[in-house]
Amino acid sequence: MDLLVGVPTHNNAATVGEVVQAIRVGLLKYFPRERVVIVNADGGSKDSTRDVVAAASINDLQHSSDLYALRTLHCISTIYEGGPASEVALRAVLAAAELSRAKACAIIAPESTSITPDWMERLLRPVYRDDFDLVTPLYRRHKFDGLLLRNLVYPMTRALYAKRLREPYAVEFAFSGRLGSHLLEQQVWDHGAGGVGTEMRVTLAAMAGQFRLGQTFLGTKQHLDRSSADLVPAMRQTVGTLFWSLDSNFQLWSANHPTESIPTFGAEHDLTEEPIRVNRKRLYQLFTSGVGELEPVLKSIVSAQTLTEIQSIAKLAEDDFRYPHELWVKTAYEFAASYHKSVINRDHIIQALAPLYRGKVFTFLLENRDASGEEMEAHVETLCLTFERLKPYLLDLWNAKE
Amino acid sequence: MWEMIMGELDHAMQELARNFAHFLPRLLAMLIIALLGWVVAYVFKFSLRGILRIAKFDKLSDNAGATQLLNKLALPSSSELLSRTVFWVVWLGFILLGVQVLGIVGLQEHIARIFLYLPRLFVALLIFFFGLVAASFFSRAALLAAVNAGSPSPGLLATLIRSIIIIFAVTMAFEQLGLGERTILVAFAIAFGALMLGLAIAFGIGGRDLARQFLERRFLKETQEQKQDELSPL
Repeated sequence: MDLLVGVPTHNNAATVGEVVQAIRVGLLKYFPRERVVIVNADGGSKDSTRDVVAAASINDLQHSSDLYALRTLHCISTIYEGGPASEVALRAVLAAAELSRAKACAIIAPESTSITPDWMERLLRPVYRDDFDLVTPLYRRHKFDGLLLRNLVYPMTRALYAKRLREPYAVEFAFSGRLGSHLLEQQVWDHGAGGVGTEMRVTLAAMAGQFRLGQTFLGTKQHLDRSSADLVPAMRQTVGTLFWSLDSNFQLWSANHPTESIPTFGAEHDLTEEPIRVNRKRLYQLFTSGVGELEPVLKSIVSAQTLTEIQSIAKLAEDDFRYPHELWVKTAYEFAASYHKSVINRDHIIQALAPLYRGKVFTFLLENRDASGEEMEAHVETLCLTFERLKPYLLDLWNAKE
Repeated sequence: MWEMIMGELDHAMQELARNFAHFLPRLLAMLIIALLGWVVAYVFKFSLRGILRIAKFDKLSDNAGATQLLNKLALPSSSELLSRTVFWVVWLGFILLGVQVLGIVGLQEHIARIFLYLPRLFVALLIFFFGLVAASFFSRAALLAAVNAGSPSPGLLATLIRSIIIIFAVTMAFEQLGLGERTILVAFAIAFGALMLGLAIAFGIGGRDLARQFLERRFLKETQEQKQDELSPL
C-alpha cells in the first residue's frame, strides 16, 4: 500500500460524511496512481457514523468529470474494543499501516469540516515524496485562538526539545511508515494520565527519536463547538503530556542544543483579526480568586519566592495587572519540576496551573489588544526566548535534591 | 508458747526464702526478656525508620495533611512517630511476655486480652491515616475543580469535604477499637443529618430566590456566555 488515511470516529455522523468525501476527492485528485486505503477506526458509535462512512465510500464521485481513479480506493471501517479512546484508535490505524506497509499515512479528525481536498496533498506529499517523517499542520487562526499553544505549549516545547514546531498538538497530521513502526514499538502508549494527549505524544516521540519533521499550512481551522474551550482537559492533553515526556527524555532536553527551525510548506502563520467577544474580567477574577484559594496547593508546587511574586501581582488592579514573561516561565518550569517529583497528585498539579494560565492570558490579551499579526508574533517570540534563556533554571530545579 | 511462735516465724521465713528463691529465676527471666525485647524493639525502630525514609513516607504524610496535624499537636514527624510506636508496641509485647513468665494468677488473662487488642489498635491507626490521605486528596480535588469552574466559596466546599471524610474515618477507627460504637455512630448520623437538613432549609426557604437565581445563572445564561466568551486554548 502506498498511502493510508485514518479517520478515528465516535458518534460523528453529523460531520464524518463530509470529511470522508473531501479525503476521497483529495486522494483521487492528487494521488490517482497510488494504492490508497481509508481506515475508519470507530469507538462504538451509537449513531450512524459507520453507515455514513460506508455511504461516503460507495459514492465514487463519478459525477466529477475531472477525477479518474486509476486504482481502486479502499475504505475499511472497524470497531475497536473498550469504548472511545484516541490512543486505541491511533494504535489501530498504526497497526493497519504496519500490516499494509503504507509508505505515508495521515490522520484526519472527523470534526474537521473545514477540510478541503488539497489537505491530502499538503499533508501527504512531504512524507510520500520528500521523505519527511512527521508533518504537522499550521492553521489560519484568529489572533486570540490557540492561546495555550502560544503562551505555553509551543514556547516550552521549543525551548526544551529545540524544535520550532508551531503546532505540537495536532489532530491532523501525516507520518511515514518508518515513524509509524517506531511508535508501535515505543512506550508512548503507557501514559499514566488516562490515555489523554495521544496526538501530542506522537509529536514528542518524533522529536525525541530525531525524526525528520515538517509543517504545512492547511488553511482555516474550524471549531465546530466550543468544547475545545474547556481549559483543564486541554491542559491535560498538552501540558500534562509535555511534562510527562520530560521524565523519559531527560538526556535529550537537558543537552544544550540550539533551536532548529522546521521546514514549512506555505505560510508559517496567518492570523485573522475580526472582532470577537472576550470576557477579560472573568479571566482576571478566576486568576485572583484562584491564587487566593489555592495558596496551600501552590505552596507545595512553586517556590516561596515565586508564590510571593504571584500573590503580589494578584493584588494589582485590573488595569495595572501584568503577568511578566520571566515570572510566567519560572512558574511553568517549577510546575514541571514538581510534576517530575510528584510533590502532589500529578493531575492536581496540572489543574492548579489553570488559574495561573488565565492570568497570563489576561496579560496577553491586554498587551495584544490592538497588535497586528506581526507584532503579536514578535511578542510570542520574546516569550519563546525567555523560555530558552531560563532553561538552566529548570535543570537546577530538576537536579535539586528534595 | 514462745517456741511455737518462733517456730512459726522460722517456718514463715523459710517459706518466704523458698518462694523468693523460686521467684528470683522467673524475675531474672523476665528482666532478660525485657532487655532482649528492648534490643529487638530498637532494631525494629531503626529498620522501620530507614524503610520509611527510603519510601518517602514523610512526603506522603505531608500530602495527606498528617504532618500539619502532628505539628499542631507538637508531635514529631510521621515516620519518627510510627517508628517510636512500633518500638513501644514491640517492647511492651516483650515486657508482657516477661510478666507472663512470672506466673501471677489472673494477670495472664489480662495480658492475653491486651495482646488481642493490639491488632485492632493497629488497624484503627491505619484507618485513621488513610482517612487523612483520602480527606486531603478529595478536598484538594474539589477545591481545584471548584476554583477552575469559578464556583463560589471553593474553600468552604473543600473544608466541608475534608471534615466529613475525617469524621467518617474517626468513626470507623473508634468502631474498630470498640469504643462507644453506638454513641459515635448516632453522633455522626445526627451531625450529618443536621448538616444536610441545614443546607436543605437554607436553599429551600432562606435562599429560595438566591438559589433560583444561582441555578439560572449557573445553568442557563452563564454557560452560554462562557462558551461564547472563553477563547479556545488549542
